[in-house]
Amino acid sequence: MADARLLLRLRCAADAGQLPLLRDRIRQALAGQGEAPPEAVDSLVLAVNEACMNIIQHAYGPWQNGDILLELFRDDGGVTVRITDFADPVDWSRCRPRDLEDIRPGGLGLHLINELMDEVAFLGHPGGRGNALQMKKKWHRSQGGAA
Amino acid sequence: MMEYPTHSEGPFVVISLTGEVDMNYSPQARQQILAHLDGQRHVLVDLSQVSYIDSSGVASLVEGLQKAKSSNLRFGLVGASRASMLVLRLARLDRVFPLYGTLEDALGKQA
Repeated sequence: MADARLLLRLRCAADAGQLPLLRDRIRQALAGQGEAPPEAVDSLVLAVNEACMNIIQHAYGPWQNGDILLELFRDDGGVTVRITDFADPVDWSRCRPRDLEDIRPGGLGLHLINELMDEVAFLGHPGGRGNALQMKKKWHRSQGGAA
Repeated sequence: MMEYPTHSEGPFVVISLTGEVDMNYSPQARQQILAHLDGQRHVLVDLSQVSYIDSSGVASLVEGLQKAKSSNLRFGLVGASRASMLVLRLARLDRVFPLYGTLEDALGKQA
């Protein structure tokens, strides 16, 4: 991400009550990027929300408290989001989207993230602790409203 | 906690979800949906005023559908907004829920 420009850096408690703030701040940061297609903005907001829900529910779970660090970068190809938590390391190889034919409540988050984003990469455990997820949504200047 | 508005329409209770149905509000949606099904009422959930819904909100709808099926009750979604249709499609649930454009459609087809 050598040519990436930081649009937003926000650290907040990993708490459901913070999710509306996170969504609003992403929308505000992208509103300044005139050419961002509305569908791409909606996709980024939803994907970040789902990733943060996973952090709240699974990485920290009911017994740990901690923060989420959200970073948003703009480059020519679109927007990259990096989401870092400071919980115990998660075994990413065990995080798999579930079979959608199995209709049941819950477990859709990873599937939505994979569908909404063009690239999803688990960056591991920065500093030996926590977990970092990086996602990219691509669009081009000529793309207009079709994300 | 706010309560979503409901009204009776023929044999149905219509629950109108509004605004952002996220992790903060989906427990309320779930509770209201399941309470009416517990009361042996057929349920329609109006999604026309939903500006945002995430997987937790959709999970509440899935739970309602499953409970309705196991209770031999009817359950459907009405007027899915753009935001709600996005998530339903991505989760391939647009083929699972009975979806109606309007309340009149739902009442006509279910009567």
